[in-house]
Amino acid sequence: MMAAHYPFTAIVGQEEMKRALLIVAIDPAVGGVLVFGDRGTGKSTAVRALAALLPPMRTMAGCRWGCDPAEPQAFCAECRGRGATRRGRGKLVAVPMVDLPLGATEDRVVGALDLERALAHGERAFEPGLLARAHRGFLYIDEVNLLDDHLVDLLLDVAASGENVVEREGISVRHPARFVLIGSGNPEEGELRPQLLDRFGLSVEVRTPETLAERVTVMRRHEAFTRDPGAFAAAWAAEEARLRDEIVAARARLGAIDVPETTLEHVARLCMRLGTDGLRGELTLLRAARALAALEGKMICDESHVAAVATPALRHRLRRNPLDETLATIKVERAVAALMAS
Amino acid sequence: MTTAAAWADAMLAIRLFAIAPCALGGIALRAAAGPVRERWLAELRTVLPATTRLRRMPPGIDDARLLGGLDLVATLACGRPRVERGLLAEADLGVVLVPMAERLPPGTAARLSLALDTGEVALERDGLARRFPARIGVIALDEGADGDERLAAGLADRLAFPLDLTALSLAGTEREPHDPRALAAAGDIFPRVVAGEGVITGLCEAALRLGIVAPRATLLALRVARALAALAGRETVAAADAAGAVRLVLAPRAGPAAPPATPPPAADTEPPPDQAEAGAGAETPPPPPPPPDDASPETTPDLDQLATSATAEQVLAAVEAALPAGLLARLRPADNGARRGPSAAGRAGTLHCARQRGRAIGVESGDPRAGRRLSLIETLRAAAPWQRLRAAAVGAPGGKRQRLFLTRDDFRVIRFHQPRQSTTIFAVDASGSAALHRLAEAKGAVECLLADCYVRRDQVALIAFRGREAEILLPPTGALARARRSLAACPGGGATPLAAGIDAARQLAEAERRRGRTPVLVLLTDGRANIGRGGATGRGVAEADALAAARALRAIRLAALLVDTAPRPQPLTERLAGEMGAAYLALPHVEPERLSAAARAVGAGAR
Repeated sequence: MMAAHYPFTAIVGQEEMKRALLIVAIDPAVGGVLVFGDRGTGKSTAVRALAALLPPMRTMAGCRWGCDPAEPQAFCAECRGRGATRRGRGKLVAVPMVDLPLGATEDRVVGALDLERALAHGERAFEPGLLARAHRGFLYIDEVNLLDDHLVDLLLDVAASGENVVEREGISVRHPARFVLIGSGNPEEGELRPQLLDRFGLSVEVRTPETLAERVTVMRRHEAFTRDPGAFAAAWAAEEARLRDEIVAARARLGAIDVPETTLEHVARLCMRLGTDGLRGELTLLRAARALAALEGKMICDESHVAAVATPALRHRLRRNPLDETLATIKVERAVAALMAS
Repeated sequence: MTTAAAWADAMLAIRLFAIAPCALGGIALRAAAGPVRERWLAELRTVLPATTRLRRMPPGIDDARLLGGLDLVATLACGRPRVERGLLAEADLGVVLVPMAERLPPGTAARLSLALDTGEVALERDGLARRFPARIGVIALDEGADGDERLAAGLADRLAFPLDLTALSLAGTEREPHDPRALAAAGDIFPRVVAGEGVITGLCEAALRLGIVAPRATLLALRVARALAALAGRETVAAADAAGAVRLVLAPRAGPAAPPATPPPAADTEPPPDQAEAGAGAETPPPPPPPPDDASPETTPDLDQLATSATAEQVLAAVEAALPAGLLARLRPADNGARRGPSAAGRAGTLHCARQRGRAIGVESGDPRAGRRLSLIETLRAAAPWQRLRAAAVGAPGGKRQRLFLTRDDFRVIRFHQPRQSTTIFAVDASGSAALHRLAEAKGAVECLLADCYVRRDQVALIAFRGREAEILLPPTGALARARRSLAACPGGGATPLAAGIDAARQLAEAERRRGRTPVLVLLTDGRANIGRGGATGRGVAEADALAAARALRAIRLAALLVDTAPRPQPLTERLAGEMGAAYLALPHVEPERLSAAARAVGAGAR
């Protein structure tokens, strides 16, 4: 594995994608992010860079699922048992960014019988899978549209419930698995099932940079990075640190952000106008707007924040004509403009 | 390009690839299996250092062999899990040869692409989680006979050299003298080769003018330019190197619509080379993110290098000189570039379907003798927890201890899932008469049906017939957004070669059947046939031929729907529908709902 990651702040353009990733980093409850777009536009790079950008998190010492000491109500069974005695501050670990590679088998995703111990010692032990490792972090699936449907169903189910229940090979385990699902893909290689689209919180489209200046910058940075990843990362360290501080501050601010009645109404009206199905769209839009306000250092979440995240939060929820992605984007933008004007 | 020049470039690509297989990704070689390709491959083996492993990837390789997995024999023998490395890991620091690359399933192509991107294989299989280095180069042997089958675009995007030897004959292909020491020296220089501002700007500009959207192509071109410089023993990329890279990497990728040549942005204001670096920051401000205050990484000063480096102007001038006349100005017709590559994508599962077993979706306990496939790993997994108990129960009678105690209950067999996937073939009459009448409505009707296909996850194909022949606008694909785009772009006008349209639809339907899919035909025409088979003109001939084609269609028992787009329903069209055994609908009186209901009924009949 490459020692240094490409810095998040060094990614040229792609503002919508970067903003969506930051929003879920601030408030994981917004849900997953779906990144669709042209080849070679830095989708994977951005996702992997995000993990390196985030500040480390605290976990209960000795907990194999990595429970958060600050959230006793979400403890796993073991932590609940010893909770009172070993509260403490826990230990610092990096936020997990778990890659789900293509070709992964179900037993590795959900966890299964530990073969080694079973074969060598005849013990029946549970070996946690990728879902367990992704707890409190991110689960990244590149080429999500090429993943087997039954695996995608399983992932979305766990992502929604926050808990992984394993019942196989005589093993019965349940453990917390709250993670942000990030999927990326290229629509030309096959589409995602329409039913799955709206299970992602935000959906962003990435495009190839079109101007010469942007392209030249992309090339220059990429070359500099390949030549000497360490030096490149070092040169961007200050920028990375600044953004990291902003994220930390935004997370701290998030609970205190005021969402006035007018904003709530605005969200509801926008969703009604667009005819999105169900409440999920409204909730996601509201949460995303709040996270954005926190990121911008505001204390009040107003219409401008809603407008800024409306497209990624709603574009994949319009069921009118599932074929027409661009139209969906334009529809949302028009509805936003009309509401802002009125 | 002459044979000699094309062959020289093909040889050059081998040498450059051999300098840095991993950094350049590889070569996509389009050529039929034959003496020319054999000679090229022989050259490849000669040029690659003897220590470089060259692994051939068998077509239809499964994940266990490609990525790795549990080594069953070793695991059983020693009683603890043993990992078997897959082909990608075994080929680390070597080259993977992919035969029949045009038929590579998208999933396999994506796995190769990931290995190319990360230089490693992430294994999450069979209860194992490992990472193996896999720094590989890929030689993709694309044997596609026509434009229909092509290397998966995602993989093609990552291979620096697209080579096409289809037009070459053995005559012009001399073997070239080869100097291993020069190549080794170039390999040493390569990591140090520096490309100046001008080269980067020039390459970007050339890519823009060639209408190349994919950013990877430009990055690969830069690396090839560095490799060319290394081959020439230089540590700085010269204009000629950049031009060579454009010729080898960018020109074959030239796309459809180039934006109007950008009013020379950088070139005019390009400062003298020795100040290029200082000026660069101002001239190309990294648009959104402000560069970090102090040492922005891209302004690492390398002034002495840049003094001899080429400017963007020089690069572009060299490019113009190196490319065949007019390529920059006269780009390929729109659809050619747009269909490059991706047309073969979006076919997830065609190969799996060909096996007629569907894909494995899990296991269940069962008897492997009933013609079902045993899943050894899951069986072992099921048996493992009981080994101690069973050993104790048997009592281990003194002598050799039995290694494994299996009972019938342990057997796990693989569950396969084969969705009955269908392909809806739309054959659209785009002739002048149809255009006059209701081509737009026909397009609208197809869009309605496309939405249905989307929900059912059907594949679609699009055939348009007009003028003298029928053309497959879109080969069967699951990417329906593309179907919509090609439909919208389909022009109208010309005569009505109805027989050709029906024949093309029949051939495509038969091809789909061979792939294990269920084809359904939706034919939209106004029935005004006036071109017969083979281009014979005259309404009488044309109608007779159309009816003959319809009968041939009936012979293959294809479920079909004929939509009459004429303003008044035509008797011939109705007869045509009868001859081909198709359901008949006259568009003027049809609402979209009825249309999709009719298509559904036909599709259901086919299943």
